[in-house]
Amino acid sequence: MSQTAAQTSSGAGQLMSVPALLERNATVHANRPAYREKEFGIWQSWTWKQTAEEIEALALGLLNLGVAEGDFIAIIGRNRPSLYWSMVAAQSVGAVPVPVYQDSSAEEMAYVLDHCGAAYVIAGDQEQVDKVIEVKDQLTNLKHMIYVDPKGLRKYDHHQLHQYSHVQEQGRAARDEFSDDLAARKAKLTYDSICVMLYTSGTTGRPKGVVLSNRNVVESAKNVSMFDKLTEKEDILSYLPMAWVGDFIFSLGQSYWCGFCVNCPESEDTMMTDLREIGPTYFFAPPRVFEGQLTNVMIRMEDAGKLKQKMFHHFLAHAKKVGGLILDGKPVGMMDRLKYRLGDLLVYGPLKDTLGYGRIRVGYTAGEAIGPEIFDFYRSLGINLKQLYGQTEATVFITVQPDGEVRADTVGVPAPDVEIKIDDKGEIHYRSPGTFVEYYKNAEATASTKDAEGWVATGDAGFIEESSGHLRIIDRAKDVGKMASGAMFAPKYVENKLKFYPDILEAVLFGNGRDRCVAFINIDLTAVGNWAERNNIAYASYQELAGHPRVLETIRNHVEAVNASVAQDEMLSGCQVHRFVVLHKELDADDGEMTRTRKVRRRIVEEKFADIIAALYDGSEQISTRTEVTYEDGRKGAISATLTCVDAKVQSPMAQQVAAE
Amino acid sequence: MLDAAESYVTEDGRTIGGVVMEMKNITLRFGGVVAIKDISFDIREGEIRAIIGPNGAGKSSMLNVISGFYVPQEGEVWFHGAKRPPMKPYEVARQGIARTFQNIALFDGMSVLDNVMTGRLNYMKAGMFQQAFWKGRAEKEEVENREVVEKIIDFLEIQAIRKTPVARLPYGLKKRVELARALAAEPKLLLLDEPMAGMNVEEKEDMSRFILDVNDEFGTTIALIEHDMGVVMDLSDRVVVMDYGKKIGDGTPDEVRNNQDVIDAYLGVSHD
Repeated sequence: MSQTAAQTSSGAGQLMSVPALLERNATVHANRPAYREKEFGIWQSWTWKQTAEEIEALALGLLNLGVAEGDFIAIIGRNRPSLYWSMVAAQSVGAVPVPVYQDSSAEEMAYVLDHCGAAYVIAGDQEQVDKVIEVKDQLTNLKHMIYVDPKGLRKYDHHQLHQYSHVQEQGRAARDEFSDDLAARKAKLTYDSICVMLYTSGTTGRPKGVVLSNRNVVESAKNVSMFDKLTEKEDILSYLPMAWVGDFIFSLGQSYWCGFCVNCPESEDTMMTDLREIGPTYFFAPPRVFEGQLTNVMIRMEDAGKLKQKMFHHFLAHAKKVGGLILDGKPVGMMDRLKYRLGDLLVYGPLKDTLGYGRIRVGYTAGEAIGPEIFDFYRSLGINLKQLYGQTEATVFITVQPDGEVRADTVGVPAPDVEIKIDDKGEIHYRSPGTFVEYYKNAEATASTKDAEGWVATGDAGFIEESSGHLRIIDRAKDVGKMASGAMFAPKYVENKLKFYPDILEAVLFGNGRDRCVAFINIDLTAVGNWAERNNIAYASYQELAGHPRVLETIRNHVEAVNASVAQDEMLSGCQVHRFVVLHKELDADDGEMTRTRKVRRRIVEEKFADIIAALYDGSEQISTRTEVTYEDGRKGAISATLTCVDAKVQSPMAQQVAAE
Repeated sequence: MLDAAESYVTEDGRTIGGVVMEMKNITLRFGGVVAIKDISFDIREGEIRAIIGPNGAGKSSMLNVISGFYVPQEGEVWFHGAKRPPMKPYEVARQGIARTFQNIALFDGMSVLDNVMTGRLNYMKAGMFQQAFWKGRAEKEEVENREVVEKIIDFLEIQAIRKTPVARLPYGLKKRVELARALAAEPKLLLLDEPMAGMNVEEKEDMSRFILDVNDEFGTTIALIEHDMGVVMDLSDRVVVMDYGKKIGDGTPDEVRNNQDVIDAYLGVSHD
């Protein structure tokens, strides 16, 4: 067992809050790096000791500004050490940190800030400050705002606005005055104090504030850190939204539990470069990141020389054959092993380095299903990529895949201390130390989600595979429906198969209560754009490319291939796509069509594009439509387009029914 | 009319200082062609001054006169209260004037970072040998200059392309790199030759934002040429309008917009 695990047995008694963990790290790991951030082209780093000092200065500064126990402090911005410190400083003074999605519009932000009654806001930069100022009139509780990056803010009215570093300076200056108060407030923190409040992105309705206690966070972080044998030597890259529970657990919970280093990229655009420079040992990404990287690799290989291409494809084929088996510790022949070694030297090693996965020990993907081919690609290179299943209400972890039992089609076994049951409707329920306290100011929703015994309904339908004990997810329980014929309608199943093609970014299937299924497709501009360039197809806009006959033809081939594969499944063969359109715009969170975590809001899409769905069902060849779009700065505009409805071949047994009509 | 030394405060709260550069009766000829005919105007400290006009009006020539690249046959250029003698471009650069070009003039094969570093040339004093062997002050200078450059890269949000060769960048970004290089010289007066030519709406908005930010954050005086009227009117404090080498208007955007000569030059007049 690791050193960290050994410490836990001795110290677990007192380690009942994040500030307490910080105190331990500042002693035990005093000179190990806690945070790194690339700024001005150089990785700056802070040890745990320095981190503790920074956080203390900020906490004293917050006391100086008059933060009371139980106040809510909203934290908005991209992943930066200073904002992670803000969360811990807030906890230290007995306040509740509420990280908010940084790409939320001002209105969305207003809802969250008003709902929790935030008294303080700590924002990353001018953009976020502007948004809060825009809706300030609706926020009666708001007392002070703090910003990190002063760029562009010099001339703002500073009555309620403070620069982060000044707050810290004032805190340091007032140390004598407030240090007793700070120590007293920290001492009051227990396992049942609120650790954080996170707003769910909400595929339906308004976001709900999920209250997580120190017990939820510390226990979950501890359990899974031990499950994966994480130590203080790990390096992670923190680039996923801070408001998302996953980032909170990985970058805060687990980092503080194990004492490992959190690395923050320079900006959103530099994430891939920074990933390569850091080479994390523990990594978490939604499938779209892995998909995007694979697409990029393939595009770049097409530009490479003949010899390189040959070598790449040859060794990749070999990796596909034995790589996964070697990773799982299964028996593989001597020659194959040697060849894999050679491949590692020539292809896999350099490739992993380029991707930033050279040092990875444990990698997770979650949030959506990942394409089996993509999953296997990474595993065959020797990257220990695994899947987990979780949600905010569970403090992430419900099931995880143990090393050596990794498959693309399951999400693993229950995480340590988690109990799972499937009800008679097929919905998954769980109970664990991570089970959330409540939805803030929403007792009704709390009661309908969590029963008296602590069981939580996930809203997902699934089953436990008898042979392996692994959980398999079918779909969101409320999305699973019936077609007119009575056959099961599980849209996600088909959509995922479609999305596994690099050309297809997003797909939405319709067919609940209907006699057949139709689909919306979003093309992936990177992949299709590159293809167009290669084939000398000129296009001026996304819309034009999306409507190009050759693009439609390619997509039709994909859809038909998916139909063939769906037809194999007896239960779901009714879900084959009869007709589809390639949409003229990308589904976007700014237009409300997706959540901030990029999950499709099915109902809104259905309402918004009702005319297109109607055209798909009534057999029209084309449909002219006009769609309202919202720009990033909140302005609205509209785009008009004429879309072609494309017919796709379907396979029997559905074909027979169509013939019978 | 304001006195040359007087300063005033704009509507958005910026202080515009006294005159830093004055063009007095400039005439510039290329053989028999008169590119600029008897033009006078001034540039005040901290303002954004635009020079506009239809194609061939002599805008770029005017900018080249300001930058010292062309020496006018008649007239005088006054900079910081002194008449400027004919100068070599590098001497002008040392006076604190930097510029960007209409047809991007970057080193294509070099990375963005290296391109921007060239803007620091006037701040590097180490000799060739010191540079080559990384001895003496060469290292210290490089570190100091890199720091300045990195702050500019951060300011203009081009971190992601720091190591990318310029040739691989799209047009809009190249323009931004050029601006970065000009800023690296920490100029007192920044000349922008059509900073928004050939850009789409979004790129124009970004560029406008950066120009305003540069002016606001560093207090840099900016003179720019542009033929997109909309952009100019939003950005600048005062506008000079040129047509066929002559000055036909000078004043605030509102004054210029309502000037009949300017309207005629832009919309044309009927010749009946």
